[in-house]
Amino acid sequence: MSKHEIRSPLPGTFYRSSAPDVPPFKTDGDPVSSSDAIGLIEVMKTFQEIQAGVAGGSIRFLVDNEEPVMAGQVIAEVEQ
Amino acid sequence: MAIKVLHHGLATTVQDLGRPGYFHLGIPLGGAMDRYALRAANLLVGNDEGAAGLEAVFLGPKLEFTEDAVVAVTGADMPVRVDGVEQPGWTAFAVRAGQTLTFDFLKSGARIYIAVAGGIDVPLALGSRSTYPIGALGGYKGRPLAAGDELPVGAGNGSAEGRSVDASLRRLAAAPVALRVLPGLYWDRLSDEAKQSFFADEWKVAPEADRMGYRFRGGTKLSFVEREQPFGAGSDPSNIVDSCYPYGSIQVPGGTEPIILHRDAVSGGGYFMLGTVISADMDLIGQMQPHTPTRFVEVTMDEALAARAAETVRLGALRASLA
Repeated sequence: MSKHEIRSPLPGTFYRSSAPDVPPFKTDGDPVSSSDAIGLIEVMKTFQEIQAGVAGGSIRFLVDNEEPVMAGQVIAEVEQ
Repeated sequence: MAIKVLHHGLATTVQDLGRPGYFHLGIPLGGAMDRYALRAANLLVGNDEGAAGLEAVFLGPKLEFTEDAVVAVTGADMPVRVDGVEQPGWTAFAVRAGQTLTFDFLKSGARIYIAVAGGIDVPLALGSRSTYPIGALGGYKGRPLAAGDELPVGAGNGSAEGRSVDASLRRLAAAPVALRVLPGLYWDRLSDEAKQSFFADEWKVAPEADRMGYRFRGGTKLSFVEREQPFGAGSDPSNIVDSCYPYGSIQVPGGTEPIILHRDAVSGGGYFMLGTVISADMDLIGQMQPHTPTRFVEVTMDEALAARAAETVRLGALRASLA
């Protein structure tokens, strides 16, 4: 087993779902594939989709919905 | 000589020092958000300090060079690599034909400036090469860069790599940020409590902040003195009869979220402005990330002019050190 870290490429605000009234892209323990969206970063009136970038057994989020993030900050880990 | 854009980053634009003289016609100043950093990058590679470079915000582009070049990256702390080998910031370095420039994650600050010896040689539009995307004016086809673009580069003056800006002359982003403000024409619209809380509260940069305006939130909602609604003004107490908006002016629509107008701002409208950020501090704003804690500090006109004079001295020292 190894852990893959998913990092935010940008500073901004992290969102777990595509809109306030829809379920999150992923919840802790969900399996992910490489092209799966796991969240959005809002900055400068745009939303950048964050993809898992890796296929793995289960995802665990380290940042809550609507929390500020820094560029390079680990948003989630994927067990492989 | 050209630069091929392999990846555009987030919003990378061609910028020089801007196009003053057209704001009264609604065409903003434009130009680098951190003009000191652009000047430094240009001087490092032997360019005129007003040559056009690239401004990249939060995320660096990926660029391939078709010929040998001398390049410098200043502004935010975002490590730059040539074919994977890290290069020092605030320093001129060589890039060989066929090599690729990439960037690591942003460490601090917000905007990097990439200068290339010879400058980015896009056509002048109203006297400037700066990109004003909303007006589709200037820069590369009036828009931010996209993968596949090829940027023309002018002829350099043979300046060599290796020159570096002394650490004392590099302006690095820090937090919290204090922005000095001269209260302005509509200051009297605020209640006594609001005049006090605006300067006492800590505000934070909102994620919406961009080249047009830097928005802040987190402070106490500002309240206004009672008035009779003037003819021609909107009904909200933050409305005024339409007025010119200076560069650096702070409007607070509804009294909730202060917005500092920056390089690509609109030139007029119907919101009161409580004051203006002094010119010496405008470059600092260009290096502020979302959520940066910020305080506004009241200054007098004399203090603002002294700060401007100090900035001029600092710029003189930069020029002398790279002459």
